[in-house]
Amino acid sequence: MDLSVRIGSLLLKNPLIAASGCFGYGVEYADVVDLSSLGAIAVKGLFLSEREGHAAPRIVETPAGMLNAIGLQGIGVRRFVSEKLPELRARNATVVVNVCGTTLDEYVEVSRILSDAEGVGAIELNISCPNIKEGGIQFGCSLNGTYDVVSAVRKVTRLPVIPKLTPNVTDVPSFARAAEEGGADAVSLVNTFLAMVIDIETRQPKISNVVGGLSGPAIRPIAVRMVYECRQTVRIPIIGMGGIADARDALEFMIAGATAVQVGTANFVDPFIWTKLVDGIRDYLQRHRIARVSDLVGTIDTHASATERSGV
Amino acid sequence: MPVDVAAEVIVNRALSADYNLVALAAPAIAAAAAPGQFVMLKANAGFDPLLRRPFSIFEILRDGGGTPSALTILSKRVGPSTNLLYDARAGQRIACLGPIGRPFTIVDAPVEGWMIAGGVGLAPFATLAESLRARRVETTLFYGARRAAELFHLDFFRALGVALVLTTEDGSAGETGRVVAPLDRKLAARDRQAPVMLYACGPEAMLAATARIAARHQRPCQVSVERVMGCGLGGCYSCVVPMRGEDGGRHHVRSCIAGPVLAADQIIWD
Repeated sequence: MDLSVRIGSLLLKNPLIAASGCFGYGVEYADVVDLSSLGAIAVKGLFLSEREGHAAPRIVETPAGMLNAIGLQGIGVRRFVSEKLPELRARNATVVVNVCGTTLDEYVEVSRILSDAEGVGAIELNISCPNIKEGGIQFGCSLNGTYDVVSAVRKVTRLPVIPKLTPNVTDVPSFARAAEEGGADAVSLVNTFLAMVIDIETRQPKISNVVGGLSGPAIRPIAVRMVYECRQTVRIPIIGMGGIADARDALEFMIAGATAVQVGTANFVDPFIWTKLVDGIRDYLQRHRIARVSDLVGTIDTHASATERSGV
Repeated sequence: MPVDVAAEVIVNRALSADYNLVALAAPAIAAAAAPGQFVMLKANAGFDPLLRRPFSIFEILRDGGGTPSALTILSKRVGPSTNLLYDARAGQRIACLGPIGRPFTIVDAPVEGWMIAGGVGLAPFATLAESLRARRVETTLFYGARRAAELFHLDFFRALGVALVLTTEDGSAGETGRVVAPLDRKLAARDRQAPVMLYACGPEAMLAATARIAARHQRPCQVSVERVMGCGLGGCYSCVVPMRGEDGGRHHVRSCIAGPVLAADQIIWD
């Protein structure tokens, strides 16, 4: 049984990727997870310099989900390369680095530094964080901005370039197409949904940044729809995410058109989820007599009759 | 290295309308835990509530041979997850991940150990008191609560030989008022040459007051902080505390892996 999938030139041993912002720099989990057993680890977003992020409280729970506004706290790309990357390399982790920027030049510079470092597997361009004021989302909410960032980074790296798209736009597939035209090797989607929770007793927002990004099982059906729509629009691979909590959810994204998937919030609840996901995918493939997981990608059948669908 | 167990509820005792004491069969965690460490609990299957919650390990229970067999959690109802824990039934299983976090640094005699607890902030001090007393450290517990009925486990501490200084907000037991008042007085009266280590856990305002008092009397102080925590393992960056770094700058430090026990004089209390 072959669980491997390909994202541009990057071969993943399985389609499971730890989502950026949900797995620290990976090394935090080295005690509980065999980092080499994951398809890849998307590390926390990095700018050129360190950032302290927003004040606490930074998260609040919602029905079947959570809202976060961390504010991209991070150690900066140079410290990541010198302090974290060697351990990730030693542990044979496949590393996707989430790249942030407040300007086009910053995206390019961070990507250039990572391209020169040893042990980076791909670059995920964060043009979709809803929680910072300048940069990032400005590019991700404009078709030209998306194209410009992707094509500028494309010129300075041979690593696979994977823009991470926001769902907070009218038409996600047009952004996937802009990314593809800019030279992206894949797109990952979706980042969190801009949302808000208010304490009615104090009439104050429940997180310090007032608004934040919604993740977790609550958003999964919307995210699956967006992956499905993008699959109809672009030819490059899609990395799907949004509320995956078990192997069935991961398989749903793959059937909708995702070549690989990312898991974030569910890892908070169960840091040991990864082996369960791999086992669940294996069981499914065996049951359906599918030899390669990549054969499952985009196999959604939208032509089934009503009788078939109801299972009668 | 933390482990995750579906821990069976051995017994769940309501201590008051808000507080309960739940014993969980988690021998591997109980055996590995150090005073000040915590566990991440989830008492429900499914997604509402979705996340685990951090709880200090209150007691380590041992079998007849002295081997750790279970741990207890002192909980106060403040929301959905603590409501579920309050209503937990014997036999039920609760997801329990731990032990997690940086524990207290234990002092040796002749240094005295003074523990300052506010409300449910008593939770990390049962195991700390045992460790201190095992080293024959003179130990005092300054313990404040809203009322006498919410001062728990006093006999446990007395049996260990811990001196008690009690306060209640309504005056129904001990001194009336906040627990930091007698702390301040006793530190002022203490010989400057006689070393003491302060350990504090409780509401944020109490911790900040304790830190100010410790600084004024030039005494070292370790505080166990409580934050909204998403994962407990350093993954989510939710639980940060603003601290002064070696460079003098303000840095957000993850209380799950750098704490929950932190040096009071490095925290920026604003």
